[in-house]
Amino acid sequence: MSLIQAISAAAGGAAAVPAGPALGLIEQLPGLQVALPMLGAVLAALLRPGWLAYAVMLVVALLSPVISFAILHEVLAYGPISYEMGGWEPPVGIEYRIDEANAFLLVLVSIMMAMVTIYAPRATASEIPARLHSWYYAMLLICFCGLQGMAITGDAFNIFVFMEISSLAMYALIAMGKDRRALVAAYQYLVIGTIGATFYVLGIGLAFALTGTLNLVDLAVKLDPVQDSRGALAALAFISVGIGLKLALFPLHLWLPNAYAFAPSVATALIASTATKVAVYILVRFVYSVYGVDISETMAYDTAFVLLLASIAMIAPSLVAVFQSNVKRMLAYSSVAQIGYIMVGVALLNEAGLTGGLSHLFNHAIIKGCLFLAVGCVVYSTGITKIDQMAGLGRTMPLTMGAFVVAGLGLIGVPGTAGFVSKWYLIQGAAEVGYWWLVAAIVIASLIAVFYVGRVVELAWFREARGAAASPRAPAPEMLAVTWALALAVLYFGFQTDISAGVPAQAAEVLLNGYTGGAMPVAETQGGVSLGE
Amino acid sequence: MTAEMVPTGALGGLSPGLILIIGALAVPFLKEQARGPYLLLLPVLAFFQLMSLDHGLMGVVSVFDIELVTLRVDRLSFIFGTIFLIATLLSMIYQYHVKGWMEHTAGMIYAGSAVGAVFSGDLVSLFLFWEGTAIASVFLIWATRTPEAMAAGQRYLIVQVGSGVLLLAGTMVHYGQTGSLAFDSFDVETTAGLLIFLSFGIKCAFPLMHNWLQDAYPQATVTGTVMLSAFTTKLAVYALARGFAGTEILVPIGAVMTAFPIFYAVIENDLRRVLAYSLNNQLGFMVVGIGIGTELAVSGAAAHAFCHILYKALLFMSMGAVLLRTGTVKGSELGGLYRTMPWTATFCAIGAASISAFPLFSGFVSKSLIISAAMKEGYFVTWLVLLFASAGVFHHSGIKIPFFAFFAHDSGMRPKEAPTNMLIAMAIAATLCIGIGVFPGPLYAILPYDVSYHAYSLEHVITQLQLLIFSALAFTVLMRTGLYPPELRSTNLDSDWIWRKGGGWVLGRLEAAWRGASAALQQGAIRGVQRFVANLYKAHGPESALARTRPSGYMALWMTLLLGVFMLFAFI
Repeated sequence: MSLIQAISAAAGGAAAVPAGPALGLIEQLPGLQVALPMLGAVLAALLRPGWLAYAVMLVVALLSPVISFAILHEVLAYGPISYEMGGWEPPVGIEYRIDEANAFLLVLVSIMMAMVTIYAPRATASEIPARLHSWYYAMLLICFCGLQGMAITGDAFNIFVFMEISSLAMYALIAMGKDRRALVAAYQYLVIGTIGATFYVLGIGLAFALTGTLNLVDLAVKLDPVQDSRGALAALAFISVGIGLKLALFPLHLWLPNAYAFAPSVATALIASTATKVAVYILVRFVYSVYGVDISETMAYDTAFVLLLASIAMIAPSLVAVFQSNVKRMLAYSSVAQIGYIMVGVALLNEAGLTGGLSHLFNHAIIKGCLFLAVGCVVYSTGITKIDQMAGLGRTMPLTMGAFVVAGLGLIGVPGTAGFVSKWYLIQGAAEVGYWWLVAAIVIASLIAVFYVGRVVELAWFREARGAAASPRAPAPEMLAVTWALALAVLYFGFQTDISAGVPAQAAEVLLNGYTGGAMPVAETQGGVSLGE
Repeated sequence: MTAEMVPTGALGGLSPGLILIIGALAVPFLKEQARGPYLLLLPVLAFFQLMSLDHGLMGVVSVFDIELVTLRVDRLSFIFGTIFLIATLLSMIYQYHVKGWMEHTAGMIYAGSAVGAVFSGDLVSLFLFWEGTAIASVFLIWATRTPEAMAAGQRYLIVQVGSGVLLLAGTMVHYGQTGSLAFDSFDVETTAGLLIFLSFGIKCAFPLMHNWLQDAYPQATVTGTVMLSAFTTKLAVYALARGFAGTEILVPIGAVMTAFPIFYAVIENDLRRVLAYSLNNQLGFMVVGIGIGTELAVSGAAAHAFCHILYKALLFMSMGAVLLRTGTVKGSELGGLYRTMPWTATFCAIGAASISAFPLFSGFVSKSLIISAAMKEGYFVTWLVLLFASAGVFHHSGIKIPFFAFFAHDSGMRPKEAPTNMLIAMAIAATLCIGIGVFPGPLYAILPYDVSYHAYSLEHVITQLQLLIFSALAFTVLMRTGLYPPELRSTNLDSDWIWRKGGGWVLGRLEAAWRGASAALQQGAIRGVQRFVANLYKAHGPESALARTRPSGYMALWMTLLLGVFMLFAFI
C-alpha cells in the first residue's frame, strides 16, 4: 500500500502517515470516481478521431483503479466514508457512502475496466466501423460511470439514475455488435431492462411513501419500526424482482444470452464481468443493510424460494451451456449459472455463505472476463464463434487457448484456482445450515462445467485444425497480455486469498451487521485447522 | 493445533515428492544427452533428502485458513517412501533408452505425486497428489498411441479422477463434521469415512472396482507399465494402512482379491494381463494384512508392498523386454526365447520365484508375515484362502510367465537380448529380491512396528515347500501327459482333478455367460446413457424451452409471476 500512501500524502500534502482521513484531494476521491468517467465520456464523444477518444478512455481507465484502491485503503484503515455530493447534507442531499462491501466492488469494476481498455483498440478496430469508434468509447465510459455510480452511491433514487445511465449505454453497446441479431438483442434488453428498472422505482416509491426518505442509511433507520408492514414488504418484493432481472436471476435471465453473444468482444467482457455483479451488490445492500438480516424471519419463504431458484440456476443453464453451438452464448449461459452460485451464497444468510457469494462475485468476474477476452482474441484472429469450428485452435493459437484452459479450470473450480476458493466457502456455508442437497447441487453444477469447458478444450487441443482455425492471424500482443494477466490472476487468487476471500469476509461481516447494527448472531465459522495431534 | 517443528532435512522441509515433481518440469527443456543422467539424479537427490529427514511433521504451508502438512515422516510413510524412490530409480534406468521428453516427464511427475501423497499429513495435500498420480499416469498409457490405448486411458482417467472426487467429497464432509483435515485413521461407518474408504478402494482395485487395472495396464507402453505397477495401487495400500488399519471388512475383501484373479489369470493369454491379474491377487494379501490390523499384520502388509513392488516391477520389466524385442506378449505366440535372451529369462525366473514365495526369495519373507498373522488372529477361512491363493500365484506367475515366454515349444523367434539399461534395471531388482530373501533383517528393521519374526522357521519353510512342490508336480504331470494345450485355454492347474477334467468346459461356459451378461449390461448401460443424453438435449438443447430466444412479453410475464410469488410468500 506504499504507493497509495504516497499518493494520499502527495494529494493531501500531509505528513507521511496521516492520523485520520487525509484532507484535500483525497477527500474528493469518491466524487472523482464518478465524475472522471462522465467527463471522459463527454470528451470522448466530442473528439472525432477514434484514437483521441481512446486516449481519453485510457487515461480515465488507468486512473480509476488508483482512485478505487485509495478508497479501499481509506475504508480498511479508517472505516466507512461518507461523501456529501455538492455539499448538500444527507439525508436530503445525495450521499456517497462507501464501506468494505462497495469499496471492494469499486476496485473490481475499475480493474476490469482498465483491463478491458488496454485490450480494446485493435479488437475494436476489427469489429466496429471507424466512424463509430468515438461513440463506442464514449458508451463504454458512460457504462463504466453508471456502474461506478451504482456501487458508490448511498441514495436509493440515485442508484436508479445510475442504473439507467449504465443500462442505456449497454443497450447502445450491444446494438453495435457486428451480427444483425445484436440489434434485436439490444432492443429486447431495452424493453425488458426498462421493466426491471420500473419495478425498482416502484419499490423505492413504496419505501419513500412509508418513510419519506431516499437515503439508504436513513431508510434503514426509518424502516426498522415498520418493516413488517405490507408496504415495506411489497417494496422489498418489487426491488428484489426488479434487481433480480438486472442480475439475471433464473428465470429472469432471458435477456442475457443474446446480449452477451452478439455484443462486441470488449463490451461483452466488460458487461459480463461487472454489470451483473453490481446488480448483485444492490440487492445485497437492500436485503442486508437496509432491511437487515432479521427480515428473513418474516420472509422465510421468500429466502427459501430464492435459494431454490438459485439452485436451479446453477444446474439448468449449465446443462443448456453444454449443448450450445456458439461459444459466447455458451459462456453466457455459464454466467447465468455462476449468478446462481453467487445468489446461493447471498440467500444462505450466514457469514460463510455470504463470503462465498461475494468472493465468487470477484472470482467469477476475473474468470469470465478472461474467458470472454480469450474468445475475443479468437474472433479477432479467425472470426470464429462456433464451437465446432474451434477444432485444432489449441495448436494454432496455443497462448490464447492456454489462457482459456486456465480460466476454464477456474470456472470448474479446480483446487489451486480462484473458483475453488469461493466454492469452498459456499459449500461450507451450505454445510453449516445442514443443506446437504445444496452441497450436492454445487458439486453437480461444477461437474457439468467440466463438460462444457471440456468440450471446447477437447476440440481445441485434440483435433486437427481446419478452415479458418488452421491459419489464424497472430493475435495482438496487448490482447494476449491482458488475457494472460487475468488467467494468472485466476491462479494467483487461488492461493493468495487476502483480496479474493479476505476482503469479502470483512464485507460480509459489515453487511450482516446492517446499517442499523442489527444484532444478528454471526454464526461461528471454523477458524484454524488442527492437524497431526 | 500447529505441527511441532523439528529440525528439517538437507533441503529444508521440502517433500521428496516435490523434488521429483519440480525436477520433472525441467525435463522438456533439457538436451537429449543430459536428460538421462538428470532423470537418474532426481530420485537419488530425493532419496538423500528422505534420509536426512527426522521423523515428524514438516513443510507446513498455509493456504487460506487451512494448514497443509506436506511432509509427515514416520515409520509407515518412510518405508513406502523408500520403496517408491527405489522403484522410481529402477524405472528411470529401465526407460533410459526412451527418446523424447513426454513419457519421462509424465513418469517423473507420476512418481513424485505418489511419493508426495505418501508423505502428506493432511487430506487436502493427499487429494492434490492423489489427482496428480491420476493425471500424470494416464500419459503413460496414452503414449502407446494406439486407439485401444487412447480409449483405455480415457476409461482409466475417469475412474482415477472419480476416486479423487470421492476423496475430496469425503474430505469436505470430514472437515465439516470434525473441523480436522488430518490424515489419520477414519471410521468406515461415518459418511466421511465411507467416502474416503471407497476412494481408496477404487484405487486399490477392490473386487468389482478392479476392472480399470486389467483394462489399462496392459495397454501402457513397455516402460509405462513398469511404473504403473509400482505406484498407483501401492499408494492405495499405504492410504488404507494409514486410514483404515484394523477395519474388519478389509479381511474378506482382501481374501476375495487374492482368490478370484487366479481364475482369470490362468485363462488369460496376454502375459502382461496375466501379471495385471496377479497384481490384484498380491494386493489382496496386503489388504488382508491391513484388515487384520495387528502390528504384525500391518508390518506384513508394508513389507509385502515393499517386496511386491520389486518383483512385480521385475516381472513387468522382463515382459516389457520381450514385448520390445518380439512385438508380442501373447503366450501362444512366444516360447523358446531363453536361447537368445538368457539374461532376461534368468531375471524373469528370479521374479517368478520371488512372487511365488520360494524360500530365499523376497516374497517368502513378507508373505509369511501376513499368513502367520491371519493364523495367529484365528482367521481360519482366510488363512485357507491365502494358502490356496499362494499356490495359485505359483501357477500363473511363477510357472506360466517364464515357461511360456522363454521355454515351452520353440516359437522360432530369435530376438536380440534386451538393451543394456533394461538388463541393469532388472539385475538390480533381481539382486534386491534375492538379497531381501536371504537377509530379511534390514527390511524387518524399517517396518512400521518392531516385530520379532523369524521367516525361516522349519514350519514356514516346509509349509511353503509343500505347496510349491505339489503345484510343480501337478504342472509336470500335465505337461508329460500332454494335457497342457498350447493356447492356454484350460491351463487351470491349481485345483483338483475335477477342475482338470471339466474345468475348461465349465470355465468356457461361465466365461461365455459372463461375456454375454456383461455385453448385455454394457449395451443396456450405453442405451441408458444415450437415452439420458437425448432427454437432456430435449430439455436443454438449443431448441429446448430453456434455451430458446423468447419474446419480451414472456419475460414480463415471468417478472409478474415472480413478483406475485414474492408478495404471496411475504404476506402469509
